[in-house]
Amino acid sequence: MADRFEPRIAVLCCNWCTYAGADLAGTSRMKYAPNVRLVRVMCSGRVDPAFVLRAFQDGADGVLIAGCHPGDCHYINGNHKTMRRFPVLKRMLRQWGIEEGRIRLEWISASEGDVFVKVVNEMTETVRALGPLDWRARTAQEVPDTTHHTAG
Amino acid sequence: MAEGKLQLAMYWAASCGGCDVAVLDVNEKILDIAAAADIRLWPIAMDFKYRDVEGWSDGEIDVCLFNGAVRNSEQAYLARLLRRKSKVMVAFGACASFGGIPGLANLHDRESIFQAVYGYTASTHNPEGTRPQTRLEVPEGTLTLPDFFDHVFALHQVVPVEYFVPGCPPTPKTIMTAIEAIVTGNLPPPGSVVGASTQSVCEECQREKSEKPVVAEYHRPQEILVDLKRCLLEQGLTCMGSSTRGGCGALCPAVHMPCRGCYGPMPRSLDMGADALAAMTTILDASDEETARQKTDRLADPLGTFYRFTLPVSMLRRAPKGSAAHS
Amino acid sequence: MARIGVFVCHCGTNIAGVVDVARVAEAARGWPDVVFATDYKFMCSDPGQALVKDTIVRENLDRVVVAACSPRMHEPTFRKACAMAGLNPFLFEMANIREHCSWVHEDQEEATRKAIDLTRAAVAKARLLEPLQSRTVPVTQKVLVVGGGVAGIQAALDMANAGLKVVMVERRQSIGGRMAQLDKTFPTLDCSACILTPKMVQVAQHPNITLHTYSEVEQVTGYVGNFTVSIRRKARFVREDVCTACGVCIEKCPKKVDSEFEEGLGKRKAIYRDFPQAVPGRPVIDRDHCTYFQNGKCRICEKFCEPGAIFWDDQDQVVEEKVGAIVVATGYDLLETDRLRPWGYGRYPDVVTGIEFERINNATGPTAGRIVCKDGREPRAVAILHCIGSRDRNHRHYCSRVCCMYALKFAHLIREKTKATVYNFYIDMRAFGKGYEEFYDRLLHEGVKFIRGKAACVTDEAMTPEEQGRLVVVAEATTLGEVIRVPVDMVILASAITPQRDAPEVARRFGMGLSPDQFFLEKHPKLEPFGTATDGVFLAGACQGPKDIPDTVAHAAAAASTAMSLVFRGIVEVEAQTAEVDADACSGCRICQDVCPYGAISFLADRKVAEVNGGLCKGCGTCVATCPSGAIRGKGFTDAQVLSQIDALFA
Repeated sequence: MADRFEPRIAVLCCNWCTYAGADLAGTSRMKYAPNVRLVRVMCSGRVDPAFVLRAFQDGADGVLIAGCHPGDCHYINGNHKTMRRFPVLKRMLRQWGIEEGRIRLEWISASEGDVFVKVVNEMTETVRALGPLDWRARTAQEVPDTTHHTAG
Repeated sequence: MAEGKLQLAMYWAASCGGCDVAVLDVNEKILDIAAAADIRLWPIAMDFKYRDVEGWSDGEIDVCLFNGAVRNSEQAYLARLLRRKSKVMVAFGACASFGGIPGLANLHDRESIFQAVYGYTASTHNPEGTRPQTRLEVPEGTLTLPDFFDHVFALHQVVPVEYFVPGCPPTPKTIMTAIEAIVTGNLPPPGSVVGASTQSVCEECQREKSEKPVVAEYHRPQEILVDLKRCLLEQGLTCMGSSTRGGCGALCPAVHMPCRGCYGPMPRSLDMGADALAAMTTILDASDEETARQKTDRLADPLGTFYRFTLPVSMLRRAPKGSAAHS
Repeated sequence: MARIGVFVCHCGTNIAGVVDVARVAEAARGWPDVVFATDYKFMCSDPGQALVKDTIVRENLDRVVVAACSPRMHEPTFRKACAMAGLNPFLFEMANIREHCSWVHEDQEEATRKAIDLTRAAVAKARLLEPLQSRTVPVTQKVLVVGGGVAGIQAALDMANAGLKVVMVERRQSIGGRMAQLDKTFPTLDCSACILTPKMVQVAQHPNITLHTYSEVEQVTGYVGNFTVSIRRKARFVREDVCTACGVCIEKCPKKVDSEFEEGLGKRKAIYRDFPQAVPGRPVIDRDHCTYFQNGKCRICEKFCEPGAIFWDDQDQVVEEKVGAIVVATGYDLLETDRLRPWGYGRYPDVVTGIEFERINNATGPTAGRIVCKDGREPRAVAILHCIGSRDRNHRHYCSRVCCMYALKFAHLIREKTKATVYNFYIDMRAFGKGYEEFYDRLLHEGVKFIRGKAACVTDEAMTPEEQGRLVVVAEATTLGEVIRVPVDMVILASAITPQRDAPEVARRFGMGLSPDQFFLEKHPKLEPFGTATDGVFLAGACQGPKDIPDTVAHAAAAASTAMSLVFRGIVEVEAQTAEVDADACSGCRICQDVCPYGAISFLADRKVAEVNGGLCKGCGTCVATCPSGAIRGKGFTDAQVLSQIDALFA
């Protein structure tokens, strides 16, 4: 059996909405792709762009940022800040050579277990089609040997 | 320090020459330097031969001020050579410290750069597709050119470095602070940045900051009549000052130009681009996705703006070779 | 060097049935700083918690990781266990290997690998955790109740009777809400106003209750225990301290307006009270319809007002109150009437909604309680259509809970008052409450005709002579397997119960979430249907979901009880995982200042640095991510801690 590429996807999500939505998917026994690993923060506004970069640098093939719908943030408007950062983050990642399909921002509320499942499954397939990002291997650079260099 | 004069070497790698000129910019203080130090190597000003350098004993040089990034074999060779011959290596200037502007080439690789430079730029006429060679036999002997690397390295990515003096170029004040520290032996722990602040450019900047800074729209400097008193970021200019180490005296904002980040990242920075992205977009006046997208579309080149001097030391380091990056 | 203990829970077979928990514990044993790792059947049980406490002491643990259910479930449980064993409760981290792992993945190998990854991430974060102290702040000894229906009234009286000061705000001129519009209530057939009005009067007269009617809450700031609310009292042009509620002004007023209380079936005056037993009894002037405000003429009310209570210079007034807790009891609305057209609403005058029929049937209503068609004749037959807009993917997916019972009630009342034949068109008969099934049974013996089949439409196009001039209900009688047409003279639509139209806005104002159907989101559907995600804000009544009166009253009492428990405790713990500015690293760029939604960040002008007020900070971390100097630390979610989790998962 050919080894199918299994993407590794980071989910940076807020405690009050998306994490609870994922919990609801669990209590409802919905099934979804096992490719995601959740990292909990209190608010999507806490998601520092550096977290996203680090996930890719470490070896994640995709990153999903998820929080409350605008207007429903537990902390009033933390998600507005995420909303402002995201378009630039996405374009900047594109400039780095990280395809658009690998980074996604979704609003998933505490009662939307089904949406969480749908998004996770969708993203797993999108990233699977893009293939492994393999950032470390593809950007590793050793300083070449210069012992052969001669004095002029 | 050894008895007698300080043995000083200065070298330029992938560099514009500005850091060497900056040393001259200390003006009359140069005489103090000349008095305190024996300048054993300074290609911009004095003739020398590599074999002279090879002839020095290890550690013979007290301090080497190495400016420029490392992106070819000659530069890597000299970095390694000078490291052996010097007690203290100083990454001098933004290029040596972080990769500098040459570091932006890490979005490309050797092949794509050569294709542009020797191929398709508007002013290149090269119908045979001639490319530089690293060896050429001529009647008189063998001519060599250094290997052009795929990747641009900051100095500390090639050899261990004791101190970093940031700036493009470092200001006279930064330079003198660093030199005084070296001469008097009053140096901070190895690995430190010398001659600069631990706070950002905002701390030194005299421009008026509002209580609650908000960016209404992004602009390029030539698109607006800059208010001469107000904070530049608040006026929508991509001033990197808040995420850039200070110590330069906020020179650029003082003449109404947004800081470009040449003193590099803050001490606690995880990634300068992430810092700048977060700072500049979070305070944008936008409460829905469409507005956020429309307004941020005006930031024409986020990567180039936020990592102008620091790409090689960023988290992601470089674009994968041959990838459809940076377009 | 930390000393970490890892406890992997089986949760019976909930986790262990899919995840190889022993393998997870085994893996943990191999990680740096893990000095103890085990698996156990039920970590949250008494023996499970004892295991944690004993191990902390015996192995001298300084960090604890439990891999089990969601931290939203048991983080407080295990934090307490740690505290009891002498370990700072914030040196504890959970890995969610149930809701996020064993319950959602089928492949056991994949699930086990994921469980190991998640546990490793929790251990990585645990290594970097720091002890934190909870702080307490005093709680304002006053509660706000929003909405003066039976839910709000119940909650307010419970709290006021316990000695608590209550502020009630009601949008309409009078309290009483929907229940005041009802005629009789099922299954007892009590007169609704008779059982409600004494409570309304109690509210008005209670020394502990301050009642603002014809008012709305405009803004809420602050946090649990310390809310500040702005209440807008609309201009009413009647002096409250002078008016004796004699009602002469209402009598004399020449301007008639459609009455909201009568659902548009009757009229009120421009100076009015919602209904005769309105509380307060003092009327208000509706400036949008009053002749004086339109063209400067009339002023008849002023002429006839002996005490001289009318004053035209009244302005809206904004009153500020400080409260410790808020009970939201804003009630419900009904399905938009334009969706009722297939069943004849808006096309035929004798198709009415349930609430309209309540008014028709009520002695104080537009027909003085006579059940008549619009042209005044008594109907020979009435059809009551269940599930109009409910249980319907085209409109509202849910069941509105109360309609079957009120439809039965109507059937009984119509049979009592008229000789009309009554047809109930239903899908299922939902008679779930105490006395409900018995009531249904009674109806079965009263000659009401029950047709099991939802009405598809109502038409006046006659196909037979019997149908001429009448309304025809078309439905499939599923027990017969036939489509039937039933001619009637009046149709009552049991239309869906919906949230109020401004629910999304109100939710935002009070920091509440919304369910998919836009009712206010409860904290937990089974265990805390009266709480919300925002501490200190509680839900009472149908604003959380359709309810009959007994359930509403119980719900409101629960909300009141929880609010009281919070307020009487006198103190509330504020977030310990707050943000903190390192003044030495702060460069004074001020970018953080506007970022905080709670205004917790201030700028110290003398030192040119930012400062976070730990009492106001709720720990969202937005400022932490924004600070370009990295000068702000988010306790409990520092950069280093989050990065360690990312590294543990992906590196």
